[in-house]
Amino acid sequence: MASITIRELTKVYPGGVRALDALDLDVAMGEFFALLGPSGCGKTTLLRTVAGLETATAGTIALGDRDVTRLQPGRRDVGMVFQDYALFPHMTVLDNIAYPLRIKKESRSVRHARAAEAVQELGLKGLEQRRPGELSGGQQQRVALARAVVANPRIFLLDEPLSNLDARLRLEARTFLKEFQHRVGVTTVFVTHDQAEALALADRIAVMEAGRIRQIGTPTEVFRRPANLFVASFIGSTPMNLLAGTVQSGTVVVAGTSLPVPDEARGRVQDGQEVVCGVRPEYMDFGTEPVDGAFAGRVSVVENLGGSSLVTLDVDGESVRVVVGEGFEVDSGAEGWALPRPGRVLLYRDGELVTGSGGETGRTASPLAKNGGRG
Amino acid sequence: MNETVRELLRKIGLATFVSAVLGFFALPLLWLAFTPFDANPGIAVSLPDFTLHNFQVLLDNPYALASLRNSVLLAAGTAALVVTAASLAAYALSRVRVPGRDVLLYVLLLLSSIITGTAAMVPIFLLAFNLHLIDSRLGVILVLTGGLLPASIFLLKDFTDATPTSYEEAARVFGASPLQILRHVVVPVIRPGLATVAVWTVAQVWGDFLMPFLLLRNPDKAPASVIMYTFYTEGGQPDLPLISTFSLLYSLPVVLMYLFVSRRYGFRFHGGIKR
Repeated sequence: MASITIRELTKVYPGGVRALDALDLDVAMGEFFALLGPSGCGKTTLLRTVAGLETATAGTIALGDRDVTRLQPGRRDVGMVFQDYALFPHMTVLDNIAYPLRIKKESRSVRHARAAEAVQELGLKGLEQRRPGELSGGQQQRVALARAVVANPRIFLLDEPLSNLDARLRLEARTFLKEFQHRVGVTTVFVTHDQAEALALADRIAVMEAGRIRQIGTPTEVFRRPANLFVASFIGSTPMNLLAGTVQSGTVVVAGTSLPVPDEARGRVQDGQEVVCGVRPEYMDFGTEPVDGAFAGRVSVVENLGGSSLVTLDVDGESVRVVVGEGFEVDSGAEGWALPRPGRVLLYRDGELVTGSGGETGRTASPLAKNGGRG
Repeated sequence: MNETVRELLRKIGLATFVSAVLGFFALPLLWLAFTPFDANPGIAVSLPDFTLHNFQVLLDNPYALASLRNSVLLAAGTAALVVTAASLAAYALSRVRVPGRDVLLYVLLLLSSIITGTAAMVPIFLLAFNLHLIDSRLGVILVLTGGLLPASIFLLKDFTDATPTSYEEAARVFGASPLQILRHVVVPVIRPGLATVAVWTVAQVWGDFLMPFLLLRNPDKAPASVIMYTFYTEGGQPDLPLISTFSLLYSLPVVLMYLFVSRRYGFRFHGGIKR
């Protein structure tokens, strides 16, 4: 088991595409870490560079206190699960799992004993002699996990671990994966484009955009306090309301109402400044009676989410979304008021969250500022 | 009434046509099956006057059996060389980015039909002469390999292209060397392709006449396809007892090989078509 320390890591592809841009990242020992971002943001490149399948253009990667930047993948002590699982179709489940040990020239008896242990561990008993083609998606994934852990790697890398499973199985596999990682306790980094998956699984998340990390934090931090507009719009199954407003004498005038400037931003914004006001639909209360400081509008769409409904209010031509709990009948076309809960409103200026330094806030990743300084 | 007559005539016409085509293909096969056992072999198909005497004649011929052995040597040698070289080349070509790779492949494929063909007879002979490869089985094997390689590479590249790179990457992450990856992962995955190429090569070499005829001087080294050409009586007539029995022995191994490989690997000629 090892921590991962990445410094100034840059990867430029032969075509000139800069997939990673002087990226810094620390993953603590035993952590379950998510790399999250839209496609093309460099998350998979980062994972593959850590595995050694891509060579870094500049910068260093260390596992524990060992610099592995120039090492071949096989010498890094890394276990990896590929998006398509990459199980060898001509080998049985047992042979697949034992393959890393075969490469390490372990004796046949050791190989079989260790593979049998992994089979037990991942609940694959009875499937040892099958071929990968005869397994379900979930079973294939567990075989791939078993193969990745059988040689006791120092770190564990998962490329889009759940994307190849159908929706029902995905939830089951997610729970299994989290429980498994906690049990094994190996430092694990996984890549996903699905923010819900990252929130559900990870101890910490790095949200990436264009080869840089835009925010690192626990799922709660990233969800509650996105450090910038990119993260704010990317995280959350129901997108955050982001409304343009102006600061006026201690309040923010936005979408026909005025909200008090949040505590953390007080004294950091001046009158007349253009800001973006962010508040999640989950963090607002809906009412049919006028309330002070609420967004007033007409209900344009009601979407049933099962346990709750997502109501879209038309507020002076802008859409404000609010989640309404069960048992609250909302009719389309009715008047409605959405009141942000205290302390849940965030202010963004020039795309960045306006806040005091540190506190309980998720650490804002530095690369952007640093890059600006260097440029 | 008129309708049914026309329908009947149409059916008779069709049946006649199909029978004629069938007969066209069946008669030589029947000849091949019956004549070796006929006491008076001729060039017409007839129910045999059963005898095994023709096989006695064959066994007495000093070159007949040796030539079959030579054919096996040439075919096996060429197949081994072609499969090895083609799989390495196909793997490299499908994994490494070379500028102009596809053009190279198509040009090779185009030229390959010329290389073993009659057009290049003279230069190949001169080349072999200067390399002291005249009257050497190795020479024949090398020339035939050269001719068959481009098409084999082309065929195998389809298989290597269809193999996901993640298999190899997985093996790499576990520490496998390139040769281990090839041996443990790539070769087993593309085995049907290798079998296809091997069978195809053997069949090509088995039936090839021109190259061994040109390059081998000593009749002791000549393969079956060349030896058959020498089966004449003193009077200059084809020696039918010998030719018929030899033809049967000559075609059996290839048929058996097809059956074996087809059962073993589920024969699929993919050439140019993605699975």
